[in-house]
Amino acid sequence: MAPAKISVKDLNLYYGDFQALKNVNLEVEENQVTALIGPSGCGKSTFLRTLNRMNDLIEGVRVDGAILLDGRDIYRPEEDVVNLRKRVGMVFQRPNPFPMSVYDNIAYGPRIHGTRNKRKLDEIVEKSLRAAVLWDEVQDRLYKSALGLSGGQQQRVCIARLLAVEPEVLLMDEPTSALDPLATMKIEELIQVLKKEYTIIIVTHNMQQAARVSGVTAFFLSGDLIEYGNTETIFTKPTDQRTEDYITGRFG
Amino acid sequence: MRTRTTFDQALSELKEDILRMGFYVEESISQAVESLAKQDVSLAQSVIDGDVLIDNQETLIEDKCMKLIATQQPLAKDLRRIAAGLMITTDLERMADLACDIAKITRRIADQPLIKPLIDIPRMAEIAQKMVKESLDAYVREDVQLAISMAKDDDLVDSLHNQVFRELLVYMMENPKNINQATALLFASRHLERIADHATNIGERIVYLVTGERKELN
Repeated sequence: MAPAKISVKDLNLYYGDFQALKNVNLEVEENQVTALIGPSGCGKSTFLRTLNRMNDLIEGVRVDGAILLDGRDIYRPEEDVVNLRKRVGMVFQRPNPFPMSVYDNIAYGPRIHGTRNKRKLDEIVEKSLRAAVLWDEVQDRLYKSALGLSGGQQQRVCIARLLAVEPEVLLMDEPTSALDPLATMKIEELIQVLKKEYTIIIVTHNMQQAARVSGVTAFFLSGDLIEYGNTETIFTKPTDQRTEDYITGRFG
Repeated sequence: MRTRTTFDQALSELKEDILRMGFYVEESISQAVESLAKQDVSLAQSVIDGDVLIDNQETLIEDKCMKLIATQQPLAKDLRRIAAGLMITTDLERMADLACDIAKITRRIADQPLIKPLIDIPRMAEIAQKMVKESLDAYVREDVQLAISMAKDDDLVDSLHNQVFRELLVYMMENPKNINQATALLFASRHLERIADHATNIGERIVYLVTGERKELN
């Protein structure tokens, strides 16, 4: 196993009285794609959101346990959450570019973090769009609204927007569920490129996608982490019958 | 709630198709060896003519497997089941080809008296057939133990083959006129030995299907 970028220790999460995550322990490898799978309501998206404390925004959420990012607990009181979310960025189910130009979408983060120099910003925008394999498609329309792009392009704008602030971990919550097959393939290819430099955690309902893009897979059920390991093993020879039932579609 | 009724139906249909092919192959081996021992050319011919049925069955099974892979996105045991099905089909088809080759040997040496009554070759055939039958039983019942014990018989077939080889060597040394027929019979023996190897392969596929482990059986 590669070194752990994130170590989750005895993590419990409650929405009021409801326990959504039950004593989850997991090590996320650096520069690896980890897929989180499981039926709706199993806690996988909740788990994903604990990794950059997006659940803090939901009322009545209580978390205990620890999540160590490079060995430091992100839930310790003095953690700077804004900085955390810069290091651990997120891509959502539906592309959500800001209603502004492609350029301004990408430059938004760096500007907030204090970059004002035009040349420096140009550089960041180009580099980020290239890294998101979008540059060739949008270089002629950088100053037009990002909302005019196709769904797949918008999703890559969102990824480029993340990359502009130089994150370390990318969280992807069903990043292709609103995209057509071609755009989906482009995002999947992009994930393969990005994993060389980033640690990626992806939630997906598409088993084949999990099998294609990830090296490690974690299966959640009713808030429990049931099985966790090498993706190939999980999809050809899972250990737990519940995993087998889920991935072969014989659930319930 | 059963969530994949159609898929499950297709899988059990696939199993029946493979079994049917297995029965054809068993029949083909048994008739080929009988034709050899009795020098029955018309029986040999019917084995050779029947091979096309087995080939068609193989194509049918392959097409069904491809379709299931393309449309059902099988994973875990489903995936192993289909992969094992494809491989078992290939082994069965090879066995049928070998049975055909034995039938062709019958045809070739039918006009000459046998240099000796055939004893070991029919015994090999008996064991090989039993292996084929047991491998199919093991497949149907997903019985790993039976698959493993079946494959042990491969040793018997191998040692009979060696015995046949030594015996035919003596006949060839005694009289060079025997060489033609002895070589033909040696090939028949070799084909039976290969049939038993394919049965062993099927055993290995079954172990993989059930456990996900690859295990060398013999």
